[in-house]
Amino acid sequence: MSETVNPTLPIIRTVAVDKSFGSVEALRSVSLEIEQGKFFTLVGPSGCGKTTLLRVMAGFEQPTRGQVFIDGKSMEGVPANKRPTNMVFQSYAVFPHMNVGENIAYGLRSKKTPADRIATLVAEALEMVGLAGYQNRPSHALSGGQRQRVALARALVLKPKVLLLDEPLSALDKKLREQMQSELRNLQRNVGITFVLVTHDQEEALTMSDQIAVIFGGEIAQVASPEILYRRPNSREVADFVGVMNFLNVSVLSEHGTRRRVEVEGLGIVEIEEDQAPRGLVGDIVAGVRPEQFTILFEDRASADRCCSGTVTEIQYFGDMTYYAAKLEGCDKTVTISMRNTAGRRTLGPGDKADIGWRSESVLILS
Amino acid sequence: MSGLRMSNWLIVYVGLFLLFLYAPAILLPLFAFNDSAVISFPLAGFTWQWFATVVDNESLHRATRNSLIVAVSTAVFATTLGVFAARAGTRFSFPGKRGMMGLVMVPMVLPEIIIGVSMLVVVLQLGLSLSLMTIILGHVLICTPFSTAILGAAFQGLDRSLEEASIDLGRTRLTTFLLITLPLVLPGIIASLLLAFTISLDEFIIAFFLTGTEATLPVYIWGQLRFPQRIPGLMALGTILLVVSLLLLVCAEYFRRRAARNMGRGEQRELF
Ligand SMILES: Nc1ncnc2c1ncn2[C@@H]1O[C@H](COP(=O)(O)OP(=O)(O)O)[C@@H](O)[C@H]1O
Ligand SMILES: [Mg+2]
Repeated sequence: MSETVNPTLPIIRTVAVDKSFGSVEALRSVSLEIEQGKFFTLVGPSGCGKTTLLRVMAGFEQPTRGQVFIDGKSMEGVPANKRPTNMVFQSYAVFPHMNVGENIAYGLRSKKTPADRIATLVAEALEMVGLAGYQNRPSHALSGGQRQRVALARALVLKPKVLLLDEPLSALDKKLREQMQSELRNLQRNVGITFVLVTHDQEEALTMSDQIAVIFGGEIAQVASPEILYRRPNSREVADFVGVMNFLNVSVLSEHGTRRRVEVEGLGIVEIEEDQAPRGLVGDIVAGVRPEQFTILFEDRASADRCCSGTVTEIQYFGDMTYYAAKLEGCDKTVTISMRNTAGRRTLGPGDKADIGWRSESVLILS
Repeated sequence: MSGLRMSNWLIVYVGLFLLFLYAPAILLPLFAFNDSAVISFPLAGFTWQWFATVVDNESLHRATRNSLIVAVSTAVFATTLGVFAARAGTRFSFPGKRGMMGLVMVPMVLPEIIIGVSMLVVVLQLGLSLSLMTIILGHVLICTPFSTAILGAAFQGLDRSLEEASIDLGRTRLTTFLLITLPLVLPGIIASLLLAFTISLDEFIIAFFLTGTEATLPVYIWGQLRFPQRIPGLMALGTILLVVSLLLLVCAEYFRRRAARNMGRGEQRELF
């Protein structure tokens, strides 16, 4: 199927999709374009509608309003078994009464593939997910990670245009999860099929994706690359959900053209470029600074263009990083500062005075 | 101390209870092998002769054949209806579902005599004649709740995403039902067949009301009780039925348990 994909069209396009379950509005006016060949991630807190959106794409749920296009064709009235998508379920849904080989051949058989061709394809698919030679294993004898690989192979062997994955890693322990993250990423690059992954874990979204859509309460909050999403979140909610953000009160001093001056609590007067205030300076605004954008200045004062002082109130040691909570001088705010523990760098303790360096381009104005 | 005395009383109580429960069942084989036409103690000696009368009896064979026809038909119909009801109850939501599922279960608690009498009235009102068919109808009515309960548990234990995965992999709803759903609830289906068969095989009251010229085994046995000389033979027959019923129930329970620790989800739990 994937041969016929038109590379200039978005592979999936949703247009103003609403989905209600009785009185629950699970999706509200979701419009998305997913580019062909990308690793696309839907991320959001639990219950925000990620699974519902994935199931709408797969054809398991019908949108209440709005439309879904896959590879340019409207999916209205197209049932799940006729769509060029395949899904990896959260529970993996490996058929317990079939062995690994039968599981993977299941979809090929429904397409009336010749038997010898099936055997080759199954062997190739198993090799691709690192389970070469597992054809005759009974599926109840598989570990969680192996089950997931079987589910992946079973879907990919059909060469869908889009692979949909619903929280595929959430049931695995931390080590295995990290290993599978990079395996999935590499697998996607190798097969070139568009992956749409659902996760509630923003870190997982950042490390794996080409493009991320953040969903809150059934609505798309932002669609961006991992880097933009982290560096330039477009709202306070997104900034808070993706990574850690220090929020400080802010008031507008002047605004002519592109020159904007604001006064940030604890930091003083800051000049802001246009892209540092994605929604302008109106309404209920707040300044945001990421923990790594603050630096505790030991000797290397030159590296920061601005400086303020504070008192360390708490430290959290993570081995490679140390997280400080520091109360800023002149206001009542405590900010989080993260410092890499490079060779020879001291750590401070609670009660120590610290000079804190920062740069004006690190300040975001959010609403 | 008092705890000990309590437990002594408890043992006596349990002993009496078990005696009360099982003494009749033990008397049955005891007199079936007893070399005397009179049912009384002391026992006279060992014999197989009563079993020989069972083997030779033409009308008994006929009643057995009737019972098997009724029991097998009942098992098949009740289980089929049970599959539909259980499927509807676990997969779909529709208005009045709770009430509907309750209604399916009601015959479980209705007195059989009420069912027997009212079915007789209905059958006669409809102008149907009494036959094995009418007995089957009555038995399906009382067996369907049991089948629905067993199958409901089997369907409940089935992970829904297994069926969705099958559709996602290109199968239709029908082939999904045949290739995924049925094999996974098969233990439940077998348990339901066995249980309905067992219930139907020894059911008397409803069969008594709805029997035409062809009697089932329990109705035949009841008819024979008027002839004292045939009672030891009935004891032998009863012994055979007891053993068969017990075996069937053990099988049914085995399959019910297999259905209960159903695949799909059960395995997921063992995994981590
Ligand atoms: N089949 C359903 N029936 C009723 N409500 C549902 C159904 N599926 C999802 N919902 C509701 O829709 C909302 C979004 O659910 P879901 O898409 O599963 O969230 P997520 O995957 O982001 O955790 C939730 O409030 C959930 O309760
Ligand atoms: Mg979900």
